[in-house]
Amino acid sequence: MSSAPSNLVIAPILIPLLAGALMLFFNERERRLKTVLSVLSILTQMVISLSLLRTVHLDGQTPALVYLVGNWPAPIAINLVVDRLAAVMLMLTGALALPAILYAMERWDKVGPHFHSLFQFLLVGLNGAFLTGDLFNLFVFFEVMLAASYGLVLHGGGLQRVRSGMHYIAVNLVTSLIFLIGIAMVFGATGSLNLAEIALRAEWLEGFSRVALHVGLAMLGLAFLIKAGMWPLCFWLVPAYAAAAGPVAAVFAMLSKVGIYALLRLALLLPGTGAAFGSRVIFIGGAVTLAFASIGLLASQSMKRASAYFILISSGTLLAAFGISTPGGTAGALFYLLSSTLAVSAFFMLVELLEREQDAASGVLAVTQEAFGDSDEVDEEELEVGRVMPSALAVLGIGFTLLAMVLIGLPPLSGFLAKLSILTAVLGPGAGDLATLEGRRAILVVLLLVSGLVALIAMARMGIRTFWAPVEPFTPRVTVMEATPILMLLAMLIALSVLAGPVINLLQFTAADLHDPGRYLNAVLGAERVPPYAGREH
Amino acid sequence: MELVIAAAIGILTTSGVWLILRSRTYQLIIGLALLSYAVNLFIFSMGRLRVNAPPVLDGSAPVDVAAYTDPIPQALVLTAIVISFATTALFLVVLIVSRGLTGSDHVDGREG
Repeated sequence: MSSAPSNLVIAPILIPLLAGALMLFFNERERRLKTVLSVLSILTQMVISLSLLRTVHLDGQTPALVYLVGNWPAPIAINLVVDRLAAVMLMLTGALALPAILYAMERWDKVGPHFHSLFQFLLVGLNGAFLTGDLFNLFVFFEVMLAASYGLVLHGGGLQRVRSGMHYIAVNLVTSLIFLIGIAMVFGATGSLNLAEIALRAEWLEGFSRVALHVGLAMLGLAFLIKAGMWPLCFWLVPAYAAAAGPVAAVFAMLSKVGIYALLRLALLLPGTGAAFGSRVIFIGGAVTLAFASIGLLASQSMKRASAYFILISSGTLLAAFGISTPGGTAGALFYLLSSTLAVSAFFMLVELLEREQDAASGVLAVTQEAFGDSDEVDEEELEVGRVMPSALAVLGIGFTLLAMVLIGLPPLSGFLAKLSILTAVLGPGAGDLATLEGRRAILVVLLLVSGLVALIAMARMGIRTFWAPVEPFTPRVTVMEATPILMLLAMLIALSVLAGPVINLLQFTAADLHDPGRYLNAVLGAERVPPYAGREH
Repeated sequence: MELVIAAAIGILTTSGVWLILRSRTYQLIIGLALLSYAVNLFIFSMGRLRVNAPPVLDGSAPVDVAAYTDPIPQALVLTAIVISFATTALFLVVLIVSRGLTGSDHVDGREG
């Protein structure tokens, strides 16, 4: 195979890094240039992730593309690995980032410095975390992502953001330390940081080393579960996400999925036997999270809080479905991940458009806009760019209804298909070998259906209160540029529903790869160096 | 030496955990700093404790691996120190902003 595709593997990290760094050289007034750079960078990343996905999916020979950083031989080099799961997650990141940045163009990138740079660095962290095949690098990319997210969660300022942002930062700093302890213990037990090599060595460990490895993995799992928002580690999430600016919250929908991704990857890879590590804990945690988030959703008065609870519902469902630990369940859960992340992201932006008229936060926005100077310029530009959307309430109402259908899981949209495929994996033909997990299956089925009902009640109440019987009638002033990203995400959701066949097919291959770690190990440990140096070994 | 290191890590962790459970932001940040010291020492000790063993290979003589200490934890500690240093600095700024906005150094921004 030619070396070109494997060099592309590092591009999703380099492109946003360069774009973000380049933007630091320009003054905040060069907003249009920064926006163009941002959009170009995200588009390039999407094209590259698509080509990586095509290469990995269509080429049956190589389940994973491996890039050896510095061209060191396989287990020594820090490696970047693209398998189907990583490629799908890269695509999803791009699909969320593009609408978020377009949405921010209209208003949010003006209320604080360096929005676009921080956004690009967040993408560096996200893409890096999905690509890396090395435990310590996973930590480094987590930190890059978190450092950027600290800036973004405070973007726009204001009391609410600073207060919940401080809790967010404190919790994540402690999480990072737990993550480091886990890495140190795994390294102490196996003497390696390369995921594939750790998986190989884990099988041969005995006595105290084995215990140390398991404790280390449990610490890592704890760190990932805090990120994913498993109950009782999730109390920081709702205030922070509800206070964050719309486009920031929209892309933060992906942040909790990084925790889920890392958990899935490590749980299935590291024991080296294909049986998920700690699947019972993950299942119970997921189930309780789902129950907790459903109650929270019913109790939440503001729509922003409700959308944050949808993140928890999504995390809970994913954890519970992964806890069943069968390829079919994993494939269904991955489809649910795509569908729910896109929907929650769109919902965050939609809710902001609806609530900002009635909300006290819009007052804060006006003040910060003034604090950053040149309010006249902003007004001029808004006149220039901001064409007001005709019949905005109707468009938002239809968008709300469609998103509600996805989030609740009503047919015919992707939310229904996702839940259906999880239920099929649990109940349908071929589930017979799950007899030992009778209890878990029953709990999962009940919780999935009940959480759907709860979401239906909550969404119906919100819809009636906002569109049919508002306390004070209002017409949201929405510009075309603000509505477009939401429509883009809706189009993606509809495409996901229409193309569900091929997508589920892809995800079934993905799940099969995950449940057969041998393929990943072979690809990573058998990776060959680029020619000029490879010959010198002999 | 093992006992001293283990005790040091234990005391730092205990103090750190106690401090981050306190209600003042200054105690929180000192607690985080102590915890990160403890974690750094812990990473260091995971490479096994050796005295008088260099981490960098000496290319002039034939290499006897047993004469060297494991260099990887040292590199990891360096990275971890830099990262925790940067995030602590950032957190300090947020604490000061919070103090300015709320007029209180309580972690919830209000007393009680």
